[in-house]
Amino acid sequence: MKQAKKRYWKGLEELRNDSEFVKHADKEFPEYLPMEEQSGGGSNSRRDFLKMMGFGISAATLAACEAPIRKAIPYVVKPVDVDPSIPNYYASTFIDGGDYCSIVVKTREGRPIKIAGNTRSAVTYGATSAQVQASVLSLYDKQRLQGPLMNGEPTSWEQLDADVKKKLSRGGNMALVSYTILSPTTQNAIDELLAAYPGMKHIQYDPVSADGMLAANEASFGKAALPTYNFEKADVVVSFGADFLGTWIAPTTYSSQFVKTRKPTEANPTMSRHYQFESALSLTGANADYRSQIKPSQDGAAVAQLYNLIASKVGGSRVNAPDAGEVKFLEKAANDLLKARGKSLVVSGSNDPAVQGMINAINNLLGNYGKTLDIDNPAYYRKGNDRAMEQVVSQITEGQLKGIIFYNCNPIYDFYQGEELGQALSNTDIAVSTSDRLDETAALSTHVAPDHHFLESWNDAMPRRGQLSLMQPTITPIFNTRQAQSTFLTWADSPETDYYTYLRNSWRDAIFITQGDAINFDIFWDQALYEGILEALPRPLNQGEDSSENSSAASFVGNVNSFASSISKNYSGSNEGLELVLYQKVGIGTGRQANNPWLQELPDPISKACWDNYVAIPQRMAREFGLKMREGKTKKARVTVGERSVVLPVLVQPGQAPGTISVALGYGRTKAGKVADEVGQNAYPLATKVNGYTAYYNTDVQLELLDEEYRIAQTQTHQTYMGRETVIQDALLSEYKEDPKAGRYEFKVESHDGPKDPSDISLWKGHRYPNHHWVMAIDLNSCIGCGACVVSCQAENNIPVVGRQEVINRREMHWLRIDRYYSSDEEQVEDPDYNKLEIASDNPEVTFLPMMCQQCNNAPCETVCPVAATTHSSEGLNQMTYNRCVGTRYCANNCPYKVRRFNWFKYHDNQQFSDVNVAMNDDLGKMVLNPDVTVRARGVMEKCTFCVQRIQAGKLEAKKQRRPLVDGDIKSACDDACPVDCMVFGDLNDPNSRVSQLINQEKEGRAYHVLHEIGVSPNIWYMTKIRNKDAEEEINA
Amino acid sequence: MEVTSAVRKPLVTGGKTVHDVTVDVCRRVEEKPTITWFLAVAASLGLLTVGFYAVFRTLWDGIGMWGLNKTIGWAWDITNFVWWVGIGHAGTLISAILLLFRQRWRMSINRAAEAMTIFAVISAAMFPVLHMGRPWLGAYWNLPLPNTFGSLWVNFNSPLLWDVFAISTYFTVSLVFWYIGLIPDFATIRDRAQGIISRTVYGALSFGWNGSARTWERYEAVALILAGLCTPLVLSVHTIVSFDFATSVIPGWHTTIFPPYFVAGAIFSGFAMVLTLMLITRKVYKLEDYITINHIEMMNIIIIVTGSVVGVAYITELFMAWYSGVEYEQYAFLNRATGPYWWAYWTMMTCNVISPQLFWIKKIRTSIVATFILSIIVNIGMWFERFVIIVTSLHRDYLPSSWAMFQPTIYDLGVYIFTIGLFFTFFFMFAKFFPVINMAEVKSIIKATSEKAPVVQETGTTTLPEEEMAPTASKN
Repeated sequence: MKQAKKRYWKGLEELRNDSEFVKHADKEFPEYLPMEEQSGGGSNSRRDFLKMMGFGISAATLAACEAPIRKAIPYVVKPVDVDPSIPNYYASTFIDGGDYCSIVVKTREGRPIKIAGNTRSAVTYGATSAQVQASVLSLYDKQRLQGPLMNGEPTSWEQLDADVKKKLSRGGNMALVSYTILSPTTQNAIDELLAAYPGMKHIQYDPVSADGMLAANEASFGKAALPTYNFEKADVVVSFGADFLGTWIAPTTYSSQFVKTRKPTEANPTMSRHYQFESALSLTGANADYRSQIKPSQDGAAVAQLYNLIASKVGGSRVNAPDAGEVKFLEKAANDLLKARGKSLVVSGSNDPAVQGMINAINNLLGNYGKTLDIDNPAYYRKGNDRAMEQVVSQITEGQLKGIIFYNCNPIYDFYQGEELGQALSNTDIAVSTSDRLDETAALSTHVAPDHHFLESWNDAMPRRGQLSLMQPTITPIFNTRQAQSTFLTWADSPETDYYTYLRNSWRDAIFITQGDAINFDIFWDQALYEGILEALPRPLNQGEDSSENSSAASFVGNVNSFASSISKNYSGSNEGLELVLYQKVGIGTGRQANNPWLQELPDPISKACWDNYVAIPQRMAREFGLKMREGKTKKARVTVGERSVVLPVLVQPGQAPGTISVALGYGRTKAGKVADEVGQNAYPLATKVNGYTAYYNTDVQLELLDEEYRIAQTQTHQTYMGRETVIQDALLSEYKEDPKAGRYEFKVESHDGPKDPSDISLWKGHRYPNHHWVMAIDLNSCIGCGACVVSCQAENNIPVVGRQEVINRREMHWLRIDRYYSSDEEQVEDPDYNKLEIASDNPEVTFLPMMCQQCNNAPCETVCPVAATTHSSEGLNQMTYNRCVGTRYCANNCPYKVRRFNWFKYHDNQQFSDVNVAMNDDLGKMVLNPDVTVRARGVMEKCTFCVQRIQAGKLEAKKQRRPLVDGDIKSACDDACPVDCMVFGDLNDPNSRVSQLINQEKEGRAYHVLHEIGVSPNIWYMTKIRNKDAEEEINA
Repeated sequence: MEVTSAVRKPLVTGGKTVHDVTVDVCRRVEEKPTITWFLAVAASLGLLTVGFYAVFRTLWDGIGMWGLNKTIGWAWDITNFVWWVGIGHAGTLISAILLLFRQRWRMSINRAAEAMTIFAVISAAMFPVLHMGRPWLGAYWNLPLPNTFGSLWVNFNSPLLWDVFAISTYFTVSLVFWYIGLIPDFATIRDRAQGIISRTVYGALSFGWNGSARTWERYEAVALILAGLCTPLVLSVHTIVSFDFATSVIPGWHTTIFPPYFVAGAIFSGFAMVLTLMLITRKVYKLEDYITINHIEMMNIIIIVTGSVVGVAYITELFMAWYSGVEYEQYAFLNRATGPYWWAYWTMMTCNVISPQLFWIKKIRTSIVATFILSIIVNIGMWFERFVIIVTSLHRDYLPSSWAMFQPTIYDLGVYIFTIGLFFTFFFMFAKFFPVINMAEVKSIIKATSEKAPVVQETGTTTLPEEEMAPTASKN
């Protein structure tokens, strides 16, 4: 084969075989490329280029994938006292009509997120209530008005002012209607407005009135004011329908006083005795030692009879009292009262001056004035006058009123003549409301000048003679609202229309001058603001009922016989008809904060129902109807009072007095907002008049059971504790005196070396807690079941609200609940029948059991989680890692206390819950969320953490200050809110902590673990419930 | 002394030859699907679609779509899970344990029973995933995977984790066992296949099976090893499932009797389900000669035995509740029988304890209609057993304040329907495309001549009368 000699060449260089060419022959581009030199090493190849290109493109693509930045606005100029993530606390005051509480507001980054009690207050002692705790959410209510309205159209403040002034200055009869004004400076501002428009009168009323009491005190002592009570000093308390622990006048104050007498210890095994005579089972009745069921028509007669029983012993004159019928324990109460003269207290929730006069007479006979109650230092919680308000209504109806101003009140809804008022309101030329929302009254008003929320406002308050407190804003006003006082001053053409300056001026003029030791007003003012409270008597600022500094000791001048004769007319023990009682619920109260979902979802402490009012009927009546409630399933009924009737679901209520039914006020709002509208029915129009005063009961009522089915949302549908002694342990005081362990159920496990305590036998090695060991002790005897802790926990821990349907589905999210158990007649039986054990007694004993995660040392939930999302901390906490949880719910199933809560849905940013869970569904509501606590995702488990964020914050603070943690540095939210101090939280490893001392002291006494026998070794101790009864057989009647 | 065994009744009737077996079984794979099959698949797919909507809503909106609540964290989900797992016991039991015990009658039913096992375990496995709040994470967080999340590891104390291992092991071994058994039959279909597609597909599925003595030897060895592996699994799976309950503190769950009781219950329900499906397959595919009355009777006897074990377990639980003296335990059982869910308890008792006892009567246990009805009743009863254990124990446990009732929603039902649809879709696909009877094995128990054997009348007895003793019909 001939070899090919031909040679092919690519270029002349190759042909020539240049040395330059040979050098570069193996390169891809043999010719000289300038690129290489520029890039330095000459190592760049096409491959590098592609790498760079690939990296560049993918980097650019990835950068484009990044989520857009959303509304993260840093402080350009940081406010001096606002540090991100550092909370600030401001002392302030909660005022809602006549309701008062001295508070401390926690703010984060300039927004209030939590309310705690102000412990420096001599009025509320640092106590709070559910309503106070929840009020912070009302601030962020989207239904609040965002600016002034004129004839339903948005307007500017200038136009509104001009128009209002023009119309007011036409003169004629006018009225300014408000609830009780607790603030002396507000009263000044109102007085300036009245002075500017001479035809204007100021009328105060209260949704639930105490004007009968004011009248009785006027008649008895010449002072139309409420006495200051001191339940702390009373060994025997007798209450006729006054729910002083729940809703009557100033329950936070009274409950914290009362409970101080209810803490027996081994060293001092004494406690007060409490009798309650009432119709509907109230929170107070549930906590009474002796509870007697009476009908409202018996009430006055029973009071008169008690008077006679006491008068006959102490030598007073008897009165002609009507026969009260059989009132159980009345004589016993009289005897106990007589034994505790000067150390007892009789109160009544009646609004009949004759009854209240008689109560005054009893307290007077017992020598209680100046000891357990004090009329010389009166309280100002209620100043309303219903008859004056009625006059306003009749004047409007007759067209005599030219103008009316509603100062933060809503009489069309909450005054019993509201309907008439609403119909006649168009008779006026001008109707102005300062309501924060377009409520029932504001909607019919021509002008709305929305007031600030109290957390945006300056104000002061004098709840009681000599006790002042200041309200300060904790956030800049969210909307274009204006403080009502400023509005009044503007309309009055006052030289000072800025209310802050006005307030300062009035404090300078009236209070500062009384303070001898204060050097400079600014220092005094700052100090007062810091404290939130001040004990001082202002110089006469106003010419109200009590301006006299030298208040002399008043003596009882009431005419007992005239009271008695009035009582004879209105009360007897022989009314056979059905009677209706109107009451307030602990959460919703008068309905002012009805649009607050935390309060709507707070279960009623007694019925455990939420999101509704209903007609409570006694068990006996239910048996007659053949009505059995199962899982909240019930029927509706029509309640007819005269010409009015309402249709409400029926709730079978143990403890409801036979022959009576009860309906809660505060529901049936129509224009409160998305949360409250159409929830329940308005019961205010069902109120009547007895002895000329509003009576919150009616003695002539028809109840007709309808066939319509209904389901009430209840968080607890099983009423009794089934005789389970590991759950509820209680004893009588007499037994406790003999044996501090009385009522304790001490289960022992039989073993080869004798009986053993269940906690001594364990498969587990146990945990070591080298630093802290967080535990809690809960005194069942102190817990009154008020629910302040439940709302506090909800606010602190960002707990979602789920709404009525989800509560019906039994999926409420509360980490802390208060179990309420009724006693059953069957518990007394030797070998009880379980079916009968499920049925509560007709007038049961009630026990409240606050229940949250027990932080078990041998936690059954921890072992079963497949992904170890719930684990034990080195400080004894059973901790939940939300982002590890996959949601098998095994832990919840295996929890013997059933305290774990599952996120069945996405509760935040979800249309389905936007109407109820407002705190997580709109930008405004979200401002209330606690930034220290995660908002949990759908599908994860959550539960009480002992407020681990507070524990961490407390530890951090101590560390920063280079000191060991001190007892009291850390308080859980529930402990913090509790008005009765029934919870003690602390470190068991610290021998000096309150909780370890308490547990040490009570270990061989009242302290027990719920479900001790299953060996989970919880870290919450409960103290047995002690009832101050003489003998067990005296079951309530 | 001379011992002569009784002549056993042929396990396959109708005098089938080897060729008949091949034709009878392969025909179903080869022929065009019948209208009945299309209707059945359409119905299953319909259920699957309807059910898928419920699954979709559950995944999209959350577990809140179901009727669960704060007290009852598991209800239909875990009831269905345990029910399906229980059903999934029969196949492996038949193949493995009966293989070890040399029960040759199993040969004509084990293929379908194993298929049923696999589909039932797939249906069961839906629930542990779907019942999670965050299945997109839980699906892999429940596995001990090395990860970069830090020191995150699974909790080996949790019975749910044991479940993950138990179920996945069981599923894997059952699947392999089933597939190994299918290989010779796939090869048969491959060899008979006319079309290019079926030849390719079945060729691939048969893994190059050539039928040589060596492959047969390996086949037998693998089958025996897998049978040995499967046997403990049959017992362990439901034992471990029962630990979910037995290791808890909830009265009614916290019981040491659960492992044997659950295993017996599983076999009980598994056999019932096998019967239900077999009776239909037998009828539709005209397999009466392979799945004989004899088979049905044998399985009914197993149902009597396991049903009675379950019954004894129920009564033992009641006795222990009384004897323990534990108040909560006593209440839990009293509440089961007389509480708000009494109807569920008595449904369970009737279906599981009383109804299988009817099989003592020979007429009933050899009646196809009665067996079919009772097999369904048993599975209803076993569903209620799990419902009773889960829901009635949870709904009233320690603190009466939390006592609640469970109300299923349409989504609970929907997810259940989804798994039923899934199961039957799989099963019908299997019935069409796979040989429903293990041809290779069945061929070993018929006369290996090319002639038709004389037809033996079905007598419904398990052994022939004494006088018919004759030399054993060996398998050739």
